[in-house]
Amino acid sequence: MTTAQMIFGRLTWDSFPWHEPIVVATFCAVVLGGAALVAALTYFKLWGYLWKEWFTSVDHKKIGIMYMVLGLIMFLRGFADAVMMRLQQAMAFNGSEGYLNAHHYDQIFTAHGVIMIFFVAMPFITGLMNYIVPLQIGARDVSFPFLNNFSFWMTTGGAVLVMCSLFLGEFAQTGWLAYPPLSGIDYSPATGVDYYIWALQVAGVGTTLSGINLIATIVKMRAPGMSLMKMPVFTWTSLCANVLIVASFPILTATLVLLSLDRYAGTNFFTNDFGGNPMMYVNLIWIWGHPEVYILILPLFGVFSEVTSTFSGKRLFGYTSMVYATCTIMVLSYLVWLHHFFTMGSGASVNSFFGITTMIISIPTGAKLFNWLFTMYRGRVRFELPMMWTVAFMLTFTVGGMTGVLLAVPPADFVLHNSLFLIAHFHNVIIGGVLFGLFAAINYWWPKAFGFKLNQFWGHVSFWCWNIGFWLAFTPLYIMGLMGVTRRMRVFDDPSLQIWFVIAAIGAAIVAAGIGAMLVQFAVSIWKRDELKVEGDPWDGRTLEWATSSPPPDYNFAFTPVVYDADSWADMKKNGYQRPLTGYQPIHMPSRTGSGVILAALATLCGFALIWYMWWLAGLSFLGIVGFAIFHSFNYKRDFYIPADVVTRTEEARTRILAAGGPMA
Amino acid sequence: MITAPSPKRIRLLRWSAPILAAPLAGCNWVVMNPSGDIAVQQRDLILISTALMLLIVIPVMAMVVWFAVRYRATNEATQKDYDPDWDHSTKLELLIWSAPLLIIIALGALTWVSTHKLDPYRPLDRIDATTAIDPQVKPLTVQVVALDWKWLFIYPELGIATVNELALPTNVPVRFDITASTVMNSFYVPELAGQIYAMPGMKTQLHAVANKTASGAGFSANYSGAGFSHMRFGYKALDQAGFDAWVAKVKGSRVMLDRNVYLGLARPTEKAPVAYFTTADPKLFDAVVNLCPKPGQRCMSELMHIDQMGGAGKEAAHDIRGLQYDFPNSHVIDQTERNEGKQTAPDAPGADKAPADHSSHSGADAHAQHR
Repeated sequence: MTTAQMIFGRLTWDSFPWHEPIVVATFCAVVLGGAALVAALTYFKLWGYLWKEWFTSVDHKKIGIMYMVLGLIMFLRGFADAVMMRLQQAMAFNGSEGYLNAHHYDQIFTAHGVIMIFFVAMPFITGLMNYIVPLQIGARDVSFPFLNNFSFWMTTGGAVLVMCSLFLGEFAQTGWLAYPPLSGIDYSPATGVDYYIWALQVAGVGTTLSGINLIATIVKMRAPGMSLMKMPVFTWTSLCANVLIVASFPILTATLVLLSLDRYAGTNFFTNDFGGNPMMYVNLIWIWGHPEVYILILPLFGVFSEVTSTFSGKRLFGYTSMVYATCTIMVLSYLVWLHHFFTMGSGASVNSFFGITTMIISIPTGAKLFNWLFTMYRGRVRFELPMMWTVAFMLTFTVGGMTGVLLAVPPADFVLHNSLFLIAHFHNVIIGGVLFGLFAAINYWWPKAFGFKLNQFWGHVSFWCWNIGFWLAFTPLYIMGLMGVTRRMRVFDDPSLQIWFVIAAIGAAIVAAGIGAMLVQFAVSIWKRDELKVEGDPWDGRTLEWATSSPPPDYNFAFTPVVYDADSWADMKKNGYQRPLTGYQPIHMPSRTGSGVILAALATLCGFALIWYMWWLAGLSFLGIVGFAIFHSFNYKRDFYIPADVVTRTEEARTRILAAGGPMA
Repeated sequence: MITAPSPKRIRLLRWSAPILAAPLAGCNWVVMNPSGDIAVQQRDLILISTALMLLIVIPVMAMVVWFAVRYRATNEATQKDYDPDWDHSTKLELLIWSAPLLIIIALGALTWVSTHKLDPYRPLDRIDATTAIDPQVKPLTVQVVALDWKWLFIYPELGIATVNELALPTNVPVRFDITASTVMNSFYVPELAGQIYAMPGMKTQLHAVANKTASGAGFSANYSGAGFSHMRFGYKALDQAGFDAWVAKVKGSRVMLDRNVYLGLARPTEKAPVAYFTTADPKLFDAVVNLCPKPGQRCMSELMHIDQMGGAGKEAAHDIRGLQYDFPNSHVIDQTERNEGKQTAPDAPGADKAPADHSSHSGADAHAQHR
C-alpha cells in the first residue's frame, strides 16, 4: 500500500469524472454559483447572521424553514435528474444511444429516486411538522430543541454526501432500493453503493431522532385541555407518521448495516454464496419501504383536512372517523410490504393475503376522501390557492389510488409490475398526494411563517402548469405500461413508442414551467411583501397556530392557551376570546448551540472517509463524534429567560398593530 | 358467488377491449391484447377490477367537482345552506365506510380466487376458455436462465437450447423453470403471461400456453445492471409444423452446450446475438440453480443434504473451497471479449475461449474426494 493510498484510500485523480462533459459542465456551474454565493454572503457580512440566527438556532420554526429550504434545493436537483431521463428516453430510438451512457443514466435514475424520497419529500414533511406541530398544540418549542437542530444537520449531511457523489466518484447504479446481489461488492465494486449507504445512514439518524422528538412533543407538550381527541388533525397525522418513522427507520438502518457488512467486512447476509439470501434484503427493505410511503402521505392528509375545513368555513366532517382512519392506515401499512414483489413467487395464499391487506387500506383512505367531501358540503368554499391544490389532490389522488388497488391484485401485478404503469401510479400518488399537499401547505402556512401571503397570479400559473404538465407527463407512462414497456430502460427498439416519450417530455417541460412559476411566486411575494402583509390570522383559521402573530414571536405564545375544542382557535373566536394585555412573565427558552452543526459535520466526514476507504480519517472523525458528544454533555448553558419586559414590548407592538386595524383583527 | 364474473360479462369485456384500444390502433397494447390464455385472463382481471373500482371512483370524482362548484363561497344559491357546525352524521359515516368496504369485499374475493387460479406455479387446467387440458398431457418444459445480459432457454425434452430466442408451439401447455446466473431479473413475455423473477440460486416457475401464432418480444422487467436495456429476446409462437421445423433448425447447429460453453456464455456481454445449441448436459440447469456450474464448485443441494443429515461436523467448518460463487468485478465486460464477440459465429459464442478444463466434477464429486 502506497502512502497516497494510506492517506486518500481509493480516491485518486481518476475518481473525478473528467470524461463526462455533462458532469464537468455542471461542476463548473456549481463552483461558479457557489463562489458567487460565498462572495455575496461575505460581502454583505451575512455569515455571522446565518450562524447565529439560523445554523445554530434551536427554534423549531427556524429549523422548520431550513428543512424546507433543503427540500427545495434538493428538489431542483432531483427534478434535473428527471428531465435528463425524460430527454434520454425521448431520444434513444432507432439505434440512437441517446446522450447518456449506461454508467451515467443508471446513476441518474437511482439518484432521482433516492433524492426525491429521502432528501426532498422527507425534509419537506419534517420541516412542515417541525414548524406547525408545536404551534398547533400551543407549545413553545419541541421537546428536545438541540436534538432537533442536530437532526436537521444530519439530514443535510446525508444530502451533502449525495451531492458529493456527483463530482467525486459515482453514485449507485442499482435503482433506488439497491437490491443485492447487484449492490453487493462483487457486482458494484465502486463507490456508488457506499455513497448510497452512508448518505442514508447519516440522514437516517436525523430522521429517526426527529421522529422521537416530535412524538415526545405531541405526547407531552400539548396545551392544557387538549386531550388526544381535541388535537388538530394535522397533529394527529403527524403523530402517526412519526410513530411510523420511529418504528420503521431502524429497520432501514439495520438492513443497510447488514449490506455494509457484506461490502466492507466480507460477510454473506445478502450474497448468492455462503448461505446468503438476497431476497431477505428485498423483504427487509420493503418492511421499511412501505411504511415510508405512508410517512410521506399521512402528514399531507392532515394538511388537506386543515385546508378543507378552513376554506369551507366549517368544522371538519367526521373528525373521529378521520382519526381512526389515520390510525388504521398506520397499522395496516406494516402488513402490506410484500405487494412490492408479488413476482418473487411467494405462492398464491401469501400473495393474496398481502394483496387484500393492501386493498383494505383503501377503505380508510376512501373514508377520508368522503370526509373532505362532506366538509365542503354546505360550506362556503373559498378557492384560495391552498384549496385549489386540495381539490386538485382529490381528483388526482383518486386516480392514483385506483391504479394502486389495481396493482394490488397479484395476477394483474404480474403483467404491470416494474412497468411504466407502475411508475405512473406512484408518481400519481406522490406528486398528486405528497407534492400537491406540500404546495397547499406552503401556500397555506407561508403567511404564518413570514407575515405575508404568496402572490396569487404566479400561484395560479404554477398550479395550472403543474396539473397539466403532470397529466401530460404521466398519462403516456400509464399507456406504455399497458404496452408492456418496462422501467429503467435506456434505449428502445420499438420506434412507435417514441411519440409517447416525446409527449411525456413535453409534460415534464410544462412541470418545469410550473416549478419556475413557483420560484417566481416566492420572489415576487418577497419583493412585494408590504402589499401582501397580513396579521395573525389571514384565512380565518381554526387551529391554535393562528392564535398568535404571524410570524410568531420566538416564544410562540406569551401565555399558554387553554383548549376546549378540536378547532380551538375557531372556538376561542366564537366565544369572544380576549388577548391578555398585561401580566407578562419571563419565558424560559433553550439556548442556541453549534454542537449540532459540528457533530453532523463530523458524521458526514466519517461517512465520506468510509466511502473512500480512508480508514484513519474514519477512525478520527468517529472518535471526534464521540468526544464532542461527551464534551457537549458538559455544556450547562443550555437555557435562558426572555425577560418579561421584552415579552411586554413584543406583545404591545402587536396590540398596536391590531388596534390600528390590521388586516385581520 | 360474487367473485365469478358471468361468462356474459367476460364476453362483453373481451369484446370491448379492442374498442377501448381503438383510438391507438397503431400501437401495440400487448398487455391489453395478448395471445396467451394466462395473459388474457390477467387482462380480463385488470378490466373487471377497474370496472369494479370505477363504480365508486366515478361518483366520488363527480361529487368532488359538484360539491366544489355548488358550495363555492360566491354561489348565492347555497348561502342559506351554510352550516358551519355540521360535522357529524351517523348515517353518512356508515355509508362512507361501508361503500368502499363492499367494493373491497368483492375485489378481495376476486383477488383470492384469481390469485390462486392464476398462480404461476399451478399447472394449467385449460388451453383456453373453451378447451380443457387432457390430464395425460405433460407440459413442455423450458428452462430459463437469465445471464448477464441475455437469456438462455434450454428445452431438456428436445435436447436443444437457444440464446435470446424463445419459440413455443401453440396450444401446448408450457412449464418454465426460471433462474438467474448472477443478479435478479424478471422473465416477462407480455404476449404469453405475467412475469416472474429470475433469481440466482433459486428456481421459480411459470405455467403458460400460447394460443395463437405470434411473434413479439420478451425481456427482463427488472433492472440488472449496465446491459439491462438490451436484455431482450425474440418470442415466437408457432403452429406444430412450424415449431418442428424450428426445432430441426436449432438442432442443425450442432454446437454442444456443455459446461464450458455455458461458462463462456455466462460472462457479461451486451446485445448478444441469437445462438442455437444442442444440449449434452441434462444437469446443467440444476447446476446453475445450485450455484455450481463451474468444475470444483459445490452444489447448494448437496450442502443442504449434508445439513439435513445432521451436518458435516465442526471439522468441516473451515472447508469453504468450492463454496464461493460471487467473484469481484462480476459485472465488468471484458473489452477483448466484446471485440471477439463480434467475430464469433453466432451459434458458438465464447466456445473457443472457454477454459480447457473439461473435467465434469459435480460438486458431489469434489466433496467425495475431500472426504
